[in-house]
Formats: sequence, structure tokens, C-alpha cells
Amino acid sequence: MQQIVDGITAGSIYAALALALVLVHRATGLVNFAQGQMAAVSVYIGWSLVSSGVPVVPAVLLTLVVSLAIGALTERLLIRRFEGSEPLVAIVATVAVLICFNGLISLVWGGSVRSFPSMFPDGVVSILGARATWGDVGTVGVLVGTVGVLQLLFLRTRLGLALRTAADSQDSARLLGLPVGSLLLVGWGLAALVGGLAGCLVAPSVPLQPNMMDTILVYALAAAVLGGLDSPLGAVLAAWFIGIAETVAGANIDLIGSDLRIAVPLVLLVLILLVRPQGLFGRRDVERL
Amino acid sequence: MSPGPPARRPREPGAGSRRPGSLLEVAGLTAGYGAAEVLHGIDLAVAEGGATAVLGANGAGKTTLLRAITGAVRRGGRVTFAGTDVTSRRTDQIARLGIGHVPQGRGTLRTLSVRDNLLAGALLRRDRGAVRTDLDECLELFPRLGQRLDASGGNLSGGEQQMLAIARALMARPRLLLLDEPSLGLAPRVTAEVFAALAGLRRERGLTLLLVEQNARLALDLVDDAAVVEAGRLTLTGPAAEVAGDDAVRRAYLGV
Repeated sequence: MQQIVDGITAGSIYAALALALVLVHRATGLVNFAQGQMAAVSVYIGWSLVSSGVPVVPAVLLTLVVSLAIGALTERLLIRRFEGSEPLVAIVATVAVLICFNGLISLVWGGSVRSFPSMFPDGVVSILGARATWGDVGTVGVLVGTVGVLQLLFLRTRLGLALRTAADSQDSARLLGLPVGSLLLVGWGLAALVGGLAGCLVAPSVPLQPNMMDTILVYALAAAVLGGLDSPLGAVLAAWFIGIAETVAGANIDLIGSDLRIAVPLVLLVLILLVRPQGLFGRRDVERL
Repeated sequence: MSPGPPARRPREPGAGSRRPGSLLEVAGLTAGYGAAEVLHGIDLAVAEGGATAVLGANGAGKTTLLRAITGAVRRGGRVTFAGTDVTSRRTDQIARLGIGHVPQGRGTLRTLSVRDNLLAGALLRRDRGAVRTDLDECLELFPRLGQRLDASGGNLSGGEQQMLAIARALMARPRLLLLDEPSLGLAPRVTAEVFAALAGLRRERGLTLLLVEQNARLALDLVDDAAVVEAGRLTLTGPAAEVAGDDAVRRAYLGV
């Protein structure tokens, strides 16, 4: 039970970043390799706010707003130029964004390790005999809330329908009069916001450094692909599954221990994609005439 | 979808010279992909409440003509809609002026439900109550869609997707509807169903149509005016009955 609670907590962080990847993929059909690095920028901005005396919760909220703007600007100024060209070109562009933001962090904040305060109170609660910190509970709670808000946004609002329309077919969206460029901008902004949230959730338990999100991005990518790349719910379930599998395997299989834990999601990924190439929750596109 | 057709006056067919009552005017339109020019100067006008068919073989430039009107392809010359020069506007801006375009391939939003496909057509409208009424009207027009409201668009048959594409365009309440080969790939019975619905839309709502079609017989029965496009140029324009009586057209397109 303890391992499952730990797994879900770890999985929730992967899930938050995986959600960001899914948002970008739904909007633009791209995998944004810079998503983790953009989240790291968000965390550093949050750290600056906190160290200049802003209480942690308002600092995080403010950080999310700034993240939204950074995501939107990245799309408008950089990614927009590569849309409509080869997908590989655009994906390489996201790698370039990754390197730029990594350099930006070192330039602005320096490479020294810092720490980030938690949004949640200290203390431990007991859940069905397992111990969890308030931070763990808060992380899972925020993630579940985020998924709920995103589902409402996408399924119940006009903006959501417009985003889904543009994600499905940019050509059709244009013929229906939708400003596709603005919708892509919104998609990237939302993704950066959710990614920034992932960063702020994980930041208290890891040292702040420019590469802090790299490992998490690997897990998040595995979760997003496993979940089908277009399904927010699928990404979250896949992330929890990976979190639990990783914790259980690490604790019970001596060979894996703590060193080989990162291999667990990748092995799972290969195995599942061999059986279901569209991911666990992705839909197979059936062509009908 | 205002009730009651506007009065239609008989008019002279012909090139895109400026005439009052023309909703769409195309003058000297050129268009192409990359370095290749596909249309070499097209002149065409569609009157408010009228319907025009452009006939032609595969590759003659029919699809490109519609794509050039809605700005989905590089173009030159002039396109005027409701008195506004739209030649340099973006596709989404042109759509917002009131041109609905049912594209080749039907443009189905494959991952969205049929209901969401229809509502996506009305996304830019603010009159929510009227949107609901229009949705009901669309389902009356195409009852098959009503039975599949929760299916995803990609799971519909070709005929259902064609109906969905027309209904989705209608949800925006366009002043002009462009139709790209609505009969393509459909069984004859389904084609008849689609064309009967289009005839109803003309009769009851006075919807203005510009249709490109390979199936000349069906198209000529539906419209007032027709034109023939060959290798990117209009070779014949006139009232539908006249075009239908032309010897070359009868041989090439009507198989008589």
C-alpha cells in the first residue's frame, strides 16, 4: 500500500507534465521536447518571486500566469515559423527551444543549486495504513483538479470546442472561420501553464538546477505516449501506472533497485506499444470512404 | 437560414463584369500550387439567390477554383464578395464574411462527435437559441445524422460525412455555399438524397450556391447557370439549359 501511495504521488508529477505534452500535441500535432525546460524556467521565476518576499501560493499563481505568456510567445515567435513544414523540422525546433531556455536559466539565475518552498503544510497523514505527507496529498489533489478543469474547458466551453476543432483539422477550422493561429497560441500557453504547475509541484522535493525537469520529462513522455498522446485522462492514468510500476519494481526486484528505476517506464513503453501502437487510450484512425 | 426565398430575376449569364445583384464576382482569377499555375484567368459571377455549377474533368481546376475563392491557395486577379474585395484576405476572414465551403474530402472533424461537428460550424455565432433551432433544422434536412449524433465524425459512412459537411457549413448561416463535388464517391441513392436536400435548400431558403461537379446531369438539374472549365480556363458559360444542350457538353459530360 505504501508503495502504491508513493507511486501515485510520483506519478502525479509525471502526469502534470504529460498533460502539458498532450495539450501541445492536440493543438499542433507536435511533441514539445522543451516542455520540461519551459517548466524549469517557470520554477525559477517562482523562486525569484518567493525570494523577493512574495508568499508561496500567490507566487505560484503569478508564475502560472507568466508561464502562460511564455508558452504563447514561444509559439508565436518561434514555433509558428515551422508550422506547415515537416513535423521533424518543428520537433527539432522544440529541441532548440530546450537548449535556449536551459542557457537562459544559467545566464539569469546561475547554475548554483537552490531550494523551493512547498505550497502545502508540513505533516503526515495516514491513508489506509500508508503514510503520505500533506505535500503528497496536495500534489495529487492539484493534479486531479487540473484534469477536471481541463476536461470542463475542452468539453463544455466554446473555446474548448474551437481548440478541439483546430486540433482535429486546421484546414476545416479555417473554412469555419476560426482564427487558427490564435488557437494554437492558446494551446501552447495552456500547456506551458500546466507544465509550470508540474514544475512548482515537484520543485520542493528536488534541488533547483537548470536540468531539474529532464528526468521527469522522460517519464512524462512515456506516460503521454502510453496514454495515446491525445487523451488527457489516458496520460494521467498511464502516469500513475508508471509511477506505481516504478516504485513497486524498485522496491521488490533487487536487480532494479533505485539505479535502474528509470528503465521501468521505458521497458513498459516498448512492451505496450508493441501490442497497441496507438497507446492505451489513443484511438486508431479508421479510414472510411 | 431565413425563411422565404428572395425573388430571383432571370439574368444574362457571362463573364465577371460588374452587375448589381452579384453576390460573388471573380475576375481574372489565377491560382496555383508552388510554381505551377492551375487557373489562368477565370471570370465568373454568382447572383444573390442564384446557383451556378462549374463542370469539368478531373484536374481541370474545379477544386482549385473554390480554394482560390476562399483563399486556401495562392491566387491573383480579383475576388469580390458582397461588394468587398476579399482577394488579400485570409481564409478564416473570408469564411466570417459569410462564405461556407464544403471542401473536397468533406473536411470531417474525425475525432469530434457529429453533434460537435455541427456546433463547430456555429462557433462564431452569438445567438445561442437560434443555433439550437438550426441544429434541429439540419437534422430534419438529414435525418440520418440525427441517429448518429454521438458517433465520432470519422466513423460515419462517406454519404453521412457529405451530409455532415453540408450541415456543418449551414450551421454558420452562410450567404453563399461552395460545394466541391458533393457526389464524389457516393452510391447513386445517397447522391440523390444529398442533391434532393440541396434542391430543398434552394427552394425553401433561397440559398446561393456555387457547385463544382463531375456529375453534370445532377448538377445541371439543380442550378440556373453553368460553366465548363477545361485546363484552367472557362470554355463555356450560360444558362443551365443552354449548357446542357451544347453538343460538346452532351458528348463529354452527359454521355449522349
